Amino acid sequence: MTGWLHSCRRTSVPTLARHLIGVAVAAVALLGLTYVLDPFHDYQLATAAAYLCAAAGLTVLIGQNGQLSLGHGALMAVGAYTLAMVQNQFGDHGVIAQWTVVVSLAAGVVTATLAGTVIGLAAARLRGPYLAGLTLVVAIALPAVTTVFSGVFHGDQGMSVFLPPVPDQLGVDFPMERWQAWLAVAAALLTLLALANLVRGRFGRSMRAIRDNEVAASVAGIPVARVQVVAFVVSAACAGLGGGMFAVLAQSVSPDAFTLTLSLNLLLAVVVGGSGSLAGAVWGSLLLVLLRYWADQLTGGLALSAGLRTRLAGNLPLAVFGLLLIVVMMAAPGGVQGLLSRAGRWVGGRLIRRPSHRAEVPAPDAEPPAPVVSHS
Amino acid sequence: MDRFLFLTVDGLTHGAVYSAFALALVLIWRGTRIVNFAQGVLAVATSYLAYTVTGRSGSYWLGFLAALLAGLVLGAVVERLVMHRVAGAPPLNAVIVALGLVLVVQGVLGMIYGNQYLPFPAPFDRSAMTVGGVPLVSRFDLFVFGTVVLLMIVLALLFTRTAIGLRMRAAAFAPSVARLLGVRVGRMLTLGWALAALVGALAGMLVIPTGLGLHPTAMDTVFVSAFTAVVVGGLDSPAGAVVGGMLVGLVLSYVAGYLGAGTAPLAVLALLVVVLLVRPAGLFSGPQARRV
Repeated sequence: MTGWLHSCRRTSVPTLARHLIGVAVAAVALLGLTYVLDPFHDYQLATAAAYLCAAAGLTVLIGQNGQLSLGHGALMAVGAYTLAMVQNQFGDHGVIAQWTVVVSLAAGVVTATLAGTVIGLAAARLRGPYLAGLTLVVAIALPAVTTVFSGVFHGDQGMSVFLPPVPDQLGVDFPMERWQAWLAVAAALLTLLALANLVRGRFGRSMRAIRDNEVAASVAGIPVARVQVVAFVVSAACAGLGGGMFAVLAQSVSPDAFTLTLSLNLLLAVVVGGSGSLAGAVWGSLLLVLLRYWADQLTGGLALSAGLRTRLAGNLPLAVFGLLLIVVMMAAPGGVQGLLSRAGRWVGGRLIRRPSHRAEVPAPDAEPPAPVVSHS
Repeated sequence: MDRFLFLTVDGLTHGAVYSAFALALVLIWRGTRIVNFAQGVLAVATSYLAYTVTGRSGSYWLGFLAALLAGLVLGAVVERLVMHRVAGAPPLNAVIVALGLVLVVQGVLGMIYGNQYLPFPAPFDRSAMTVGGVPLVSRFDLFVFGTVVLLMIVLALLFTRTAIGLRMRAAAFAPSVARLLGVRVGRMLTLGWALAALVGALAGMLVIPTGLGLHPTAMDTVFVSAFTAVVVGGLDSPAGAVVGGMLVGLVLSYVAGYLGAGTAPLAVLALLVVVLLVRPAGLFSGPQARRV
């Protein structure tokens, strides 16, 4: 699909129309896919889509603006808890309708945006390790809010989320998981559409200019601090939407779902897919879900003692994620999308150049790879 | 008043550990301009090793020694195998690789030991001795103070009085000039990482018996406190790290003591935000110019 989009770019189709067509095609394809998959895999698709909402925002922040945030797991918690509380208010007052989910998702996005503004304002003055450190502290400190104000957030045990049932029009035996997949995919596609337009426009250029050279960008008249804050806020809003979707999928919220590990998982999705690339965020989010599934399959297939199996259950994927993060960072900093576009260029170069019998074909490797994580 | 005294002593004890941990961060920052986000999990790994050795041999001190040695080796291995390779890359890459290490170590420790809290013995009595009728300080607190003070003296002597310390400082301060003068810069950096991991391992052995318990994420909050200490003191200043560590220890002890233990992480966040907004380069820094 991306290759097709690239070929469109050379013609004169306007950016917005191109993105709309892409999203419509993806929506139809995924809608069909949800009917092919069984409920379990529908749920996995929904989980990947929820990850994608947050990872897409984070990849723009890290890859295009050069701000490394480890606090996006906490921002997802903000979105999730807001959704839970608004949704439960609807439930308590007997308002049972599908639009309530949209309203409470929007509320989640708004609160995450507010939280993101506070962090972003502090973050705009910070660079590199300081920003990473501050957001790390946010990721570790924010779950403490749920225990300090346990009257509101119900401490460690969290709370369940009231959800309206699947619409009757879809039939009686329409599985809940498929409906959740529809919601999550819709949220993810809207996020991608919004971010793709943002990145292609003036704001995207400003972000990249700041990433590549802050002093030059400010000399060129780009309001550095404002762009930094807005970039952080935008990605916080995406994290809020992703967190809200998490709550819709699990139908419950608790602090142990939003630990530092979640933030690090998002970072993995961004880095493995290819930092700064929205298509890369898609690969990364799918990989987060699939790796965990494969690890479960593997440990389930081996004859292990019950104790060992429980020890492996959460920890094997964790170790693999970490290893992947290190290996990708050292061997292929462009991630999956970087490798794909290199392969694409290589194949494209072959197809075009071969008939013309040119003596020298430029080596595809000679092209400098796009900067992945910028100098800050 | 008794409570205030108790909290002060408790804060200073924890502060001493944060100081040691912060020193480890400063050691690596001065050498490689990397904030070692994996410092916490490396200390947890060595503490788990100490747990196993102590459990098998029955001797606390054998475990203690094993942790320190493992820290030395682990630090060198991590630098050689991983961090060394991202040294020339953009600074965020080193942060990401260190975070990858966090996941690997936590995952591996969880696979071996499981994710429950393991009780970790203290070598000395942790109940407070009374001084003039007031329960003030425990034997373990004195052990912590003594160890950290000894550590600081040893580090200060190493860096100011020995040839190897001079070489390490030269390698950190002006690598190319040091290389021209015959200093094996790469080796000095490895040594710096090994030393930092040893200091971290020591800090882990001192802090985990104080009610934390052993868990793959046990040092997360300690790392966060030490990072705050380093920011308070300035990433480049060893003296700042020590003062910052004490300050963070005291603040956290008062907040946790008077407002409830759950509020401590939020207090760290508030302290860090205030320091970053008021004096981002630390309380002990001179005026700085941003490098273009």
